[in-house]
Order: sequence, then structure tokens, then C-alpha cells
Amino acid sequence: MKTLIKGGFVIDPKSGKNGLFDIIIDKGKIVEIGNDLEFTTGDIVDVTGKYVIPGLVDAHCHLREPGFEYKEDIETGTQSAAVGGFTSIACMPNTNPVIDNESVVKYIINRAKQDGFVNVYPIGSITKGQAGEELSEIGELKFAGAVAVSDDGKPVMKASIMKKALQYASMFDITVISHCEDLDIAEDGYMNEGYQSTVMGLKGIPSAAEEVMVARDLILAEYTNAPIHIAHVSTELSVDLIRNAKKRGVKVTCETCPHYFVLTEDACEGFNTLAKVNPPLRTQKDVDAIIEGLKDGTIDIIATDHAPHHIDEKNVEFASAANGMVGFETALPLVITYLYKTGVLTLEQIVEKMCVNPSKILGLNKGSLEVGKAADITIIDVDEDIIVDTAKFKSKSKNSPFNGYKLKGAIYYTIVNGKFIVREKVLL
Amino acid sequence: MMLKSKDLLGLKDISAEEIEHILETAKTMKYILTTNNKKTPHLQGKSVVTLFYENSTRTRLSFELASKYMSSSSANVSASSSSVSKGETLIDTAKTIDMMGTDVIILRHPMSGAPHLIAKNVNASVINAGDGMNEHPTQALLDMFTIYEKKGSLKGLKVAIIGDIMHSRVARSNIWGMTKLGAEVSVAGPSTLMPVGIEKTGVKVFSTIQEALIDADVVMGLRIQLERQKKGLFPTAREYSKFFGLDNKRLKFAKKDALVLHPGPVNRGLELSTHVVDGDQSCINEQVTNGVAVRMAVLYLLTRRNSGENIN
Repeated sequence: MKTLIKGGFVIDPKSGKNGLFDIIIDKGKIVEIGNDLEFTTGDIVDVTGKYVIPGLVDAHCHLREPGFEYKEDIETGTQSAAVGGFTSIACMPNTNPVIDNESVVKYIINRAKQDGFVNVYPIGSITKGQAGEELSEIGELKFAGAVAVSDDGKPVMKASIMKKALQYASMFDITVISHCEDLDIAEDGYMNEGYQSTVMGLKGIPSAAEEVMVARDLILAEYTNAPIHIAHVSTELSVDLIRNAKKRGVKVTCETCPHYFVLTEDACEGFNTLAKVNPPLRTQKDVDAIIEGLKDGTIDIIATDHAPHHIDEKNVEFASAANGMVGFETALPLVITYLYKTGVLTLEQIVEKMCVNPSKILGLNKGSLEVGKAADITIIDVDEDIIVDTAKFKSKSKNSPFNGYKLKGAIYYTIVNGKFIVREKVLL
Repeated sequence: MMLKSKDLLGLKDISAEEIEHILETAKTMKYILTTNNKKTPHLQGKSVVTLFYENSTRTRLSFELASKYMSSSSANVSASSSSVSKGETLIDTAKTIDMMGTDVIILRHPMSGAPHLIAKNVNASVINAGDGMNEHPTQALLDMFTIYEKKGSLKGLKVAIIGDIMHSRVARSNIWGMTKLGAEVSVAGPSTLMPVGIEKTGVKVFSTIQEALIDADVVMGLRIQLERQKKGLFPTAREYSKFFGLDNKRLKFAKKDALVLHPGPVNRGLELSTHVVDGDQSCINEQVTNGVAVRMAVLYLLTRRNSGENIN
């Protein structure tokens, strides 16, 4: 059955479309985009007053399967992603077993085919078991279907290994995503080192821990002339280093997450473990720099770093609590509220950062609305008020510091390969 | 007046009036300690349990005696010999104690925020007996009480806290409490042991102790943990005592009648010289007595919240 999406305002930077257009979907693909389209029988969806954008692409999330299914699995994770407007997500390899070989890549791809609600792309690990000692079979990972490699969750502490990884991965045209954290400087801290950590008596993680490794990896990327993608940028100096490296012609791209431009270390006050994340929440100065970095293009994409944890891992002493927050269902509303409504980014720029650029970095044929391409479409109302209710999250885990937040932005429809996964804000 | 919260988790979140009320109450309690018959009915029918995840001589005994002097039923749970060693969580342990009719749980724990976590989950009043690097409110209260007794008031007094400020919950609680009561607090210690942003709490920061000691009315030494040396935070104990140890010569920078305080146990010869510890200006022994008085006051005021009695 054909579907007509009628009356919506289409934003598609890749094709330059920015206006009222109707879209016809058939057999999972976009077959027509235009006005006054001929449409006889089928499913007509009236989206007057709403924005029609390419399905969101998340370059950084944790689905916890295999190995940690008590936190989340591919089924619930993709449901959560769909509700948040994501149609393609790339999942990090810090699972158990680690995605360091072909069989785990294939396992995830198959599980996603069976029970996934959106497109799932595995990210392989840089080193075997993410132990930081020996390179994974990066070529095999790529050919099995991995879209990037990363040891995320952990940094690659050995500079020599990172250098070799950059050289080796670039040969296969697969991006290395670096989690920058010098563990020697971080030294088992629990939150950003600063006023809040002093007041709360919690060992702090100096921002230098991130920045030292960002600098190292930028230099290695320049030296090897290999592309690198810096994960979850959170500090002012990190942004500045990357800005400078781009000026020098280094093939670097980078991402940030909503919590790094919405929250500061103050969110940890009262020992709030829901605000405990790695990299930690920083200061207002860093938030301002992240926003500036998004504005001037230094920061290429916005990713969620969706990191589900069981309530028993958060309802403990701050020092013992797990790092991370879920993010699929709050990402777009936070972006709309804090970046669009404040005039920092236009909707077009947001689509670039959440659809076009992530697809480019991961080598995916996604992120745009074009005739002949898979119908991955997200339809949103940017003016609708919502109140975040973590109890209603589709994710197995509810660890979010945004419960109760009043935001703007409702995801009405999420269409994956032409199929309605979310219709009228309801997961089907 | 009543204490606003059912718990005493720290001095950061209680008012100057509440602190003063506790100190006033402690005066009466101290009197009881000097009498022949150290038994009052203030806590009769109440049950007090100490739950200590870290070792302690003074604090634990102090709380235990304070509760017994006031006729409560008291018991101790030491984490190492409890089901905590079987992996039982903090919340489950606290709830178990709570469900046995306990009125007050006194928690000492190596992680900051632990008492705050259990306070949310139990009906009992929770007293923080030291959580990680965060706070040790009854220690600061007894320190302030000691100063109060000898100097009459904290307003305008120059207090110098010397040592490992970064890891010290005693320093933090004292900073909150003393600045609330109008004291001028200075801190001094090696820069590797000075927490980032401490000046934003209203204290003056010095990197030599001589500067901090000038005209001080009160000097407080903090215990140096030798494990910090192993982490490279200072090169040797010798170097530490050479530059940051308080001896009689350095003490002369302070006022002639300056008080010397230390939460104990003292590393004699390291943060304080033996002569300073045993000298005339030292209040260290008195602090121990005051500790019992202050803890009696806190226990009384917290348990009284439900019964509505009046101390007078």
C-alpha cells in the first residue's frame, strides 16, 4: 500500500529542499517528492503544521546486547530510539562479548533484523576485547558490517596502538571513533574537578584528562593523515583544539551530546547519580563553548550516547554508581528547546548535525529524503510542549536526569523503510 | 526550637540558628558529663544504632557513650563483620536496621553522599559520622563548641585550617559551620592537597602555613594520611613536616592565646609536633570531652523532634 505524507514542511539540506512538499512512499522507498502529487488509493497522513525531516541517525549509543540485557536489549533499545525519532543507530562494542570479531557483528545484525524497530549498525572495537593491546581484525569487522571502530567506554591508552589503529583503519576506509580520557590524569575521579566536586567531597576528574588525549589523537591523525572522529566532546579546550586542527587540515570530525550543552556539574548537587556520566558534566564556560562549537561548525554531529543502566546501578552511593544516561527519547526535544528555540541553530543545521553528517561519517546511505532512497522519515511538531516522564520511556532503563523537564518538540511519526514505527506519537 | 530536618547530614545545609541551638544544648550536656551520676533519661525508650563502614575510636565510642549516658538502647554494626561482607547493599542494610524500630542511625562510610542516600530510604534519623571526603558535622560542631567555650563567640575570629584540605571532611564541615557563624577561615597546605575552587567557599587560601597563621585565634591541624604520599601527593613525610608541620616556632605567628585543635588521631611529629600537642594552647583533650557533649546534644535534639518535649 502506498503512503502519502501531505502538508508537511520538508527540511532536507542534502537536496536543498526547505518548504512545503508532499511525499509518496511505496514498497519501503520514497517514490515521489513534490506538490499536487497524483495519489489515488492508499494511506494518507496529514502532517500540516509539522516538519518532515530525514530519520535521525545516532552515531553513538549503547544497546547492551549481547551480555547486559538486564539494562537494555536490541528490541527495547530500538523501540526507545524510534520514539525519539531515530531511524538508524550505531551501537558501541562494549558488550559482552565485545564486538571484536565477525560473529558478534553478525549476531547483532541478525538480532536487529528479527527484533529491531529501527536500522542498527554495529561499531566494532579498535582492540581485541577493548583491552587496548592488540588491534582487532578491523578489515574483517568492516566486511562483516561494522560501520566504525571504537573502544568507547574506554580510551586507547597506548599512543602507539592508536597511531597504528589510525593507519590501519584508514586503509579500509572505516572511521576510528576515539573516547578521549587519559586514565592517569582522571585517576578514578567521579565527576568534573571543580567547585562542585570540592563542595561535595567527591574526587574530581580534571578536564585535562579529556583534553590531553584529544590533543594526542589530533596530532596522531595529522601525522598519519588518517580520519578520526572524537566522541562526546565536553570541554572548551577540546572544542578549541579541534577547531585549530580543522584549520590545519586534519581529517577530524567530532560529536557532542545534549547533556553537554544543557547541564553543568551543578546537576550532580545532592549526590544525584542520574547526572553521573563519562565524560562528566562540566562548567557553564564549557557549555558555552560547546554551543559556540555547534554554531561555527567545529562540532559536526549531535549523538545521544544513550547509556542505559539498571536502577540498582544508580540507586547507590555516588562513587559506586554507573556512568551514563539514557538519551534516545530526550535528544531531539532537548535540541529543539536549547538550540532551535534559542536561535543557536536553524532546523536545517540541526538536520545536518543529526542526519546528514552522522550518515557521512559512518558511510551510511542515510540522512536525506530523496527519490529512490529508503523511506526513513521523522515528522515532528517543534512547538508542542512536552513534559519528560521517564516512567513512560520505552527503554528498559530510566536513568535520565531530565525527568520532569518541560521541553518543546514532539515526535509524531517515525518511519523506517517505509513502515510506520511511531504513529501519532504512539509506538506501534 | 526544633531542628528542621530529621537528619544531620552536614553543616552545609543547616542554618546558623540551628548550629547555635546545638551548641547551646551541648553546654547543658557537658555539665552532665562532669557530674558524678552520668545518667539522664533524655533518650529513654529510644534506640540508636551506629553503622560504621570505616574504623574509628573516638567517633564511634563517643556516640555510643553519648547514647548510653542518656539511657537509650544502643547497638553497633560494623560493616566488616556484617552481611555487608556478603554483598548486601547500603540501602538494604540501612532498611534492615530501620525496620527493627531504630530511631537514630549513625553512619560512617568511605563514600561521600552515603548518609544522604540512606536518609531518603529510612524513617530513622540519620547522623553523618563521616562520609568520604564530604562532611563530618559532629566533629565540626565539637570543634566550634571548643572555640565557643574558650572564646565566647566565633564572630570575627581568625581560624587557620592546616593540612590536607582536599581529602578532609573535617575541614569542609568546619568551613561551612564556621563561615556561617561569622569566622574568617583560612586554609593552608601543599597545593597538591588543596581542592580546586575552595576559595569560592569564602575561605582565604595560602600556600605557606606561616601566612595562614598570622594573628590566628584558632589553629586546626588535620591528620595527614600516609597513603596520600604513596599516590605522589607529597614526596615524603619528612618534607611535609618540614614545610607544613606545626611546631612551637610556627605557632608564634598566631596570637599568643591562640587555640590549637586537631580532630585526632594525631601523627605526632608530622602535622603537629609533640610539644604543640601537649602544650598549653592545645585543646585536643578537651575536644574529646566536648565530642561526647555535642553528640549528646545532637541525639537529644533529633529524637525530640517526634516527641515535642522541651529541654527546659
